[in-house]
Amino acid sequence: MIEVCSLQKRFGAHRILADVNFSIEKGESVVIIGRSGGGKSVLLKHLIALLKPDAGKVLIDGENIVPMNERQLLRVRRKFGMLFQGAALFDSMTVAENIAFAFRRARLLPEEEIVRKVAHVLELVDLPGIGDKNPSELSGGMRKRVGLARAIVYEPQIVLYDEPTTGLDPIASDSIDRLILRVRDRFNVTSVVVTHDMRSARRLGQRILMLHEKRIYATGTPDDIFSSRDPVVKQFVEGTSEEAEVKGI
Amino acid sequence: MLFWGKWLAEWLEGLGKLTLLSKDTFASLFSFKVTWRDLLYQVYFAGVKSQSVVLITGAFTGMVLGAQTYFQFHKVKMDTATLAVVSVSMCSELGPVLTGLMVAGRVGAAFAAELGTMRVTEQIDALRTLATHPVDYLVVPRLLALHAALPLLTAESIVVGIGAGYLVGVYLLGIDPTYLWYNMLRYTSTSDVAVGLFKAVVFGGIVALIACYKGMSCGPGAEGVGKATTEAVVYSSITILIVNFFLTLTLGKATHTL
Repeated sequence: MIEVCSLQKRFGAHRILADVNFSIEKGESVVIIGRSGGGKSVLLKHLIALLKPDAGKVLIDGENIVPMNERQLLRVRRKFGMLFQGAALFDSMTVAENIAFAFRRARLLPEEEIVRKVAHVLELVDLPGIGDKNPSELSGGMRKRVGLARAIVYEPQIVLYDEPTTGLDPIASDSIDRLILRVRDRFNVTSVVVTHDMRSARRLGQRILMLHEKRIYATGTPDDIFSSRDPVVKQFVEGTSEEAEVKGI
Repeated sequence: MLFWGKWLAEWLEGLGKLTLLSKDTFASLFSFKVTWRDLLYQVYFAGVKSQSVVLITGAFTGMVLGAQTYFQFHKVKMDTATLAVVSVSMCSELGPVLTGLMVAGRVGAAFAAELGTMRVTEQIDALRTLATHPVDYLVVPRLLALHAALPLLTAESIVVGIGAGYLVGVYLLGIDPTYLWYNMLRYTSTSDVAVGLFKAVVFGGIVALIACYKGMSCGPGAEGVGKATTEAVVYSSITILIVNFFLTLTLGKATHTL
């Protein structure tokens, strides 16, 4: 279970998050939506302690990870897998080496078992037989799939997705959405997806949180959010801009 | 005044962060998380691939030093002491310092650029999500590799520098080879070599830590990587020159040569 209590974050004079509160149950699939630059990715990175808040708590299974140092966090992070916006594949390694990275570092499994797991997870993301390729040879969609394979090969309890469909065409986006659902159902993981793609949000979320004005502004099921009469939520869901914003571009 | 105050605050903050990185690295050394494969690759990259630049630097430094010393010593009929000056200078000062500076330029820049790119493309964050401490995986192998490679490169540079000085002295300047060689052996002590190699070990640590720190703390985008790379080379080179002065004083006293 993930609990976020009174989270606050600033970068210099710029306040990003102010008093953010929410909780996510085990096995739940939650989507965080909000404007670009609104702090969604910053919030997601706080859940795995890639960023430290200025104030507030992040509890993972009841354990506050905010005061932990980098070495203490290694244990907590074994519960997580994360798909980054740009996939963040290690470009000095092949696809198979990327996926097997943590297994080889931990030195707990025999090599044959690692090779078997890598092949299995590549099949799961519909990319069998590309283990020998370099990340630079892959398309954007393929890179995200490999990133997902790397995140789930260790069978984590929680998977975080940072803008998983950004920069992809609608068909590639659809396939990534399907993969996320497949991973959720196959491994029964807790999923937290950050996106501003409303089609993905509707499809992936059992619950949607809307981040607006540095706070969780609205929360509800996809049906609640998409049928909301609140002007801010409605404007975001419908994707309509105001005249002042057009002039400001 | 405000500018200098800000500059000082940033400098102190950087120094503090570098100290914390050094502490983390020292702690990580004893966790034995380094794999031989990573270490050997870094030794190959930092050591083997740096040989050409270090050897050329050593050779031409030895040649220039030999020629310049001869021009001065010839006036007082001390021609045969030329190679002794080359040898002592190369062993205790020029060998380690010039090798350190060349490695700072070649390897330090590469470390900072590689780690900086990893940072801006979120690869370092990805490491952390894969339950891997970036210091264990990125900093420790590079530090150990430079600690090992720099003394070896320095030794090569010294040998080539003395050899080049000998060739210039004998074949270009016409100095008697027997006395030239004899005086070199007579005035060069084991402590000169030991001091040079010890300095090289220290300089290896300086280059690795500063370059890794600059890379891992670099700013966003291509500009951030460029700035980190430049700062890594500049700061490690300046630090080598400053530390060399204090090492010369302390090691000189320790070996009773002052």
